Amino acid sequence: MIPEIEELYQEVILDHSRRPRNFGELPDAAVRVHGDNPACGDEIHLAVKFDADGGLADIKFTGRGCAISQASASLMTIKLKGKSRAEVMGMLGAFHDLVTEETSEVPKTLGDLRVMQGVRKFPQRVKCAMLPWRAVEQALEQGAGEASVSTEPA
Amino acid sequence: MNWRVAACRADYRVHKIATSTLDWKTTREDFPILREKAHGHPLIYFDSAATSQKPRAVIEALRNFYEHENANVHRGLHTLSSRATEAYENARHRVAEYIGAASPNEIIFTRGTTESINLVAEAWGRKFIREGDVILLTVMEHHSNLVPWQLLAERTGARLRFVPVRDDGTLELEQLSSLLTPEVKLFAFTHISNSLGTINPVADLCEKARAVGALTLVDAAQSVGHLPIDVRELGCDFLAFSGHKMCGPTGIGVLFGRAKVLDSMPPWQGGGEMIVSVALEKSAFKKAPHLFEAGTPNIAGAIGLAAAIDYIESIGRPAIFEHDSQLSRYAAERLKKLPGTRIFGPNKERGALVGFVMDAAHPHDLTTFADQYGLAMRGGHHCNQPLMRRFGVSGTTRASFYFYNTIEEIDRMIEILHAAARFFS
Repeated sequence: MIPEIEELYQEVILDHSRRPRNFGELPDAAVRVHGDNPACGDEIHLAVKFDADGGLADIKFTGRGCAISQASASLMTIKLKGKSRAEVMGMLGAFHDLVTEETSEVPKTLGDLRVMQGVRKFPQRVKCAMLPWRAVEQALEQGAGEASVSTEPA
Repeated sequence: MNWRVAACRADYRVHKIATSTLDWKTTREDFPILREKAHGHPLIYFDSAATSQKPRAVIEALRNFYEHENANVHRGLHTLSSRATEAYENARHRVAEYIGAASPNEIIFTRGTTESINLVAEAWGRKFIREGDVILLTVMEHHSNLVPWQLLAERTGARLRFVPVRDDGTLELEQLSSLLTPEVKLFAFTHISNSLGTINPVADLCEKARAVGALTLVDAAQSVGHLPIDVRELGCDFLAFSGHKMCGPTGIGVLFGRAKVLDSMPPWQGGGEMIVSVALEKSAFKKAPHLFEAGTPNIAGAIGLAAAIDYIESIGRPAIFEHDSQLSRYAAERLKKLPGTRIFGPNKERGALVGFVMDAAHPHDLTTFADQYGLAMRGGHHCNQPLMRRFGVSGTTRASFYFYNTIEEIDRMIEILHAAARFFS
């Protein structure tokens, strides 16, 4: 097998894409974000519930997409559950750097998310990895109700 | 039946012709880029429906123009300007011959198919489309033959109607009689679908449109480099195509318009080249085609397109179509046998492409994977979002072919797809 392929599609990523965690409905969600990547038609429906301090009490998603976007969403929801607003925003920045910056060091705080590092060698796939993160960013901004977000600025 | 007739027949039966005299392997050598490697593997270029590769003859024509003829057209009185003008107008002549237009005056150079269609929507649409009029399209149109009409409809209050697509990727032609009512002013449709490979019965559709007094526009982007086209036998009023999908450079395209229709149209863009005389308050305009070519045109592009036409004609479009058909039929047969694979488009005759989805992997994962083995395919919605929705998918993977591709390359594609299926499932 070709090394770049194995680096991009690590076993953890394939596992999460085949059996995404936190995949499903969240009936009492405070905010629902529909995210889409118009370049490929991939979509994610993210549902978030906040705790008293505004942190992420629960987070789930549905939708369809490539292995990268599905695995990214699955790994993200595991990582963000129970995190404060500030922690989420910090991780969003760190994750963006992880999948785009050739030289930056990989912050340990990202934990399992670090398996997504292979994406940085595939610039055309960055949007796939970022789609769920754009959705969660929008969820925090919106706070309640429904919203949509796109990887292409309208 | 000759080829020109075959090209517009409804059932599109292809008769056998002798291709054995052609050495396709030698033809490959005319394309320097096919020697490239991608990720260390020999390039397999299966994305010609997006843009074709360019033969040395076209690359040389561009170089020759810039080295020996470059000047602006229709204005300088010096030697180079005469050369450039002659070469540019010869290119127009060559295009007219290539598609069977009655006169070079029916050939307008544009940036490509998209601009050609927008020109019609703007210039013709602005004058002739009124509230309540109907523009008939099909569900399989590329965004470039959909969005310009949406914009026109928004501005004028016209309505859009669509010929549905059957499960096998062909048009629901039995619906035509109820869709083609007298309110239809234009029927715009593709010759060959860029996602399904469906070859539409153009002559038949044009005839039916004419019967209710509607004009017709044919999107020939996927067909004009692949099979013989004669606009008079097709009976269309407009035909739009790009140079870059038929061995020519990017940034040059053509709008054919029947002389009578072009003469009824107001100018589109204003500027130099399209005027006879200009006063501060008012101008007098040239006639078509110059009326629709404001500003310095893509001179080199037109000359490159003419070189592409010469090159294609040296091989022969019937032979090209036969070769491409063999490839796409073979690819469709092999893909069908891959486990968990669904292919789109008609079973019998298809253009030089196959769209498919595999249960094991999303189109983007598949194309990323294939690229690492030197195989260039396109994954996504192919500017066909409504059509993708019609088939319940967000996108497909598309392998598209041209005469420089081989059966061996398709065999290799199947091997790579097998490997992808194993890897992702």
